[in-house]
Parts: sequence; structure tokens; C-alpha cells
Amino acid sequence: MATTALAAPRSPYARQKITRSNFELYSWMFMRVSGVILIALIFAHLFVNLMVGEGVKAIDFGFVAGKWASPFWQIWDLLMLWLAMIHGTNGVRTIINDYAERDGTRLVLKLLLYVAFTIVVVLGTLVIFTFDPCPADAPAELLASFCTA
Amino acid sequence: MPSAPAGTLYRGHEGMWSWVAHRVTGVLIFFFLLVHVLDTALVRVSPEAYNAVIGTYQTPIMGLGEAGLVAAIVYHAFNGIRIILVDFWTKGPKYQRVMLWVVVGGTVVTMAGFLPRHLMNVFGGGH
Repeated sequence: MATTALAAPRSPYARQKITRSNFELYSWMFMRVSGVILIALIFAHLFVNLMVGEGVKAIDFGFVAGKWASPFWQIWDLLMLWLAMIHGTNGVRTIINDYAERDGTRLVLKLLLYVAFTIVVVLGTLVIFTFDPCPADAPAELLASFCTA
Repeated sequence: MPSAPAGTLYRGHEGMWSWVAHRVTGVLIFFFLLVHVLDTALVRVSPEAYNAVIGTYQTPIMGLGEAGLVAAIVYHAFNGIRIILVDFWTKGPKYQRVMLWVVVGGTVVTMAGFLPRHLMNVFGGGH
């Protein structure tokens, strides 16, 4: 039996696509998700570095070496670096979009922002993973106690 | 891009000022973060270079700056939770004003816990 194809009475309604992507939605969501994680990461970071023991007075090369000798603090600081840098860069991007009215100004400011982001994230990541807690040529009294023990 | 209109309904009051403070503290924290990664990167140069720079963080003036930085972070964190509640909690918009005072109170209480300890470390003797 031959079926008769019926044409649609009128062409279906096609919603006009007014944006190219959902980028701003994901960016908005990222700020909230990363914000919650950063509260835990940064509050613990501040407590361990500023409240415990002699606080800021106790921070020196040996203190950093003691923390980064453990993968726990390496991963902690790496997560903090990446999340905080993306969260902060995205926040400043929003502020530039809000206040820089000329196209050229917005472009230059955001370019500067992304260059700073790249340098700081790459440098910070390299430092965390290539750090030597016991450099051979350094005076022993500046190093953590586990270097000489 | 057209300029903003001269006045809108929501201007002023707790809603706007908490938003302004969130932006100001956010930018402040971001610029400190850039500097903080650079100073920490000095551990890769030499113990002497790192200790020299971190030593400047232990002076009284920088100690007061750290107190301000921590206050900015605590406010930004607590107000961030308030923003999330306004966005996702059904009653968030209704209680946004009350929640701002909870944020301010929480910041004051947290700083009351942090400041004595930090100022003792910075200004106290024994070194």
C-alpha cells in the first residue's frame, strides 16, 4: 500500500539562535563551583601558614620544602593555583567587559590578563613539580632538617 | 556601546554595596595572587633569594597588609556563599539583606579569631 506523504501545514517554528555558545553559562557555573572548593582550599592554606605555630614568622625555605616534600600539599597547592587563577581571571574578565567601553581597550586589557594568567599558571605549576627541597649547593642551616638527617 | 542609564531601581542599599565590595575584594585578592605565585617561585632560584623576600612579609607594615588581605578573602568567601544562596535557594532573594549581615558578622567573628594570633606573631617579641 502506498503511503501518501503529507506536507506539514506550515514550516515548523525554528527558534532563532542568538548566541554562539553557552560559554557565559558555564563561566557563571564555574565561579560558583570553584568558589566553594576554593573556600576549603584557601581557609586551610591560611590556617596552616598563618595560624599554626609562629604563623608568618615561621615561613622560610625550609617550611616550604617541608610542605612540598609531600604529594598531599603539592596537589593541594596545584589545585589552589589552577582554580584560583581561573576564578580570578574570569572575575577580572567580567569586570573588564563591564567597564572598558571601547573595543580596543577591552581587547588590550584582556590580552594582558590572559598573558599574565598563562605566565603565572605555567610558572607556578613548573615550580611545584620541579622543586628540590634539598638543593646540593645550599648552606645546610637554610634547609629543612630532613635534608641533613 | 551605550552608556548606562542615570538611575535604576536597585541602586544603593545592601544589594549594591555588597556587590561593589565583592568586586573590590576580588580584584585585590587577584593581584595579590599574581605577586604571591611569583614570590613563591623564588624557592626555585635559591633558599637565600626566597628567605630574603619572604622576610619582607614578616615586617609590621606587611603584617598589617596581610590582616587586610585575610579580611578581604574572608568577606569574599562568605559573600560568595550568600551569592550562591541567592541564586540557588528559593528563599535566597527574600533573605539576601539578612544574609549580608550574617556575612558581615561572620567576617567580624572570623577576624576576631585571626587578628590577635596574627598580630602577636607579627609584633610579638621572642625572635
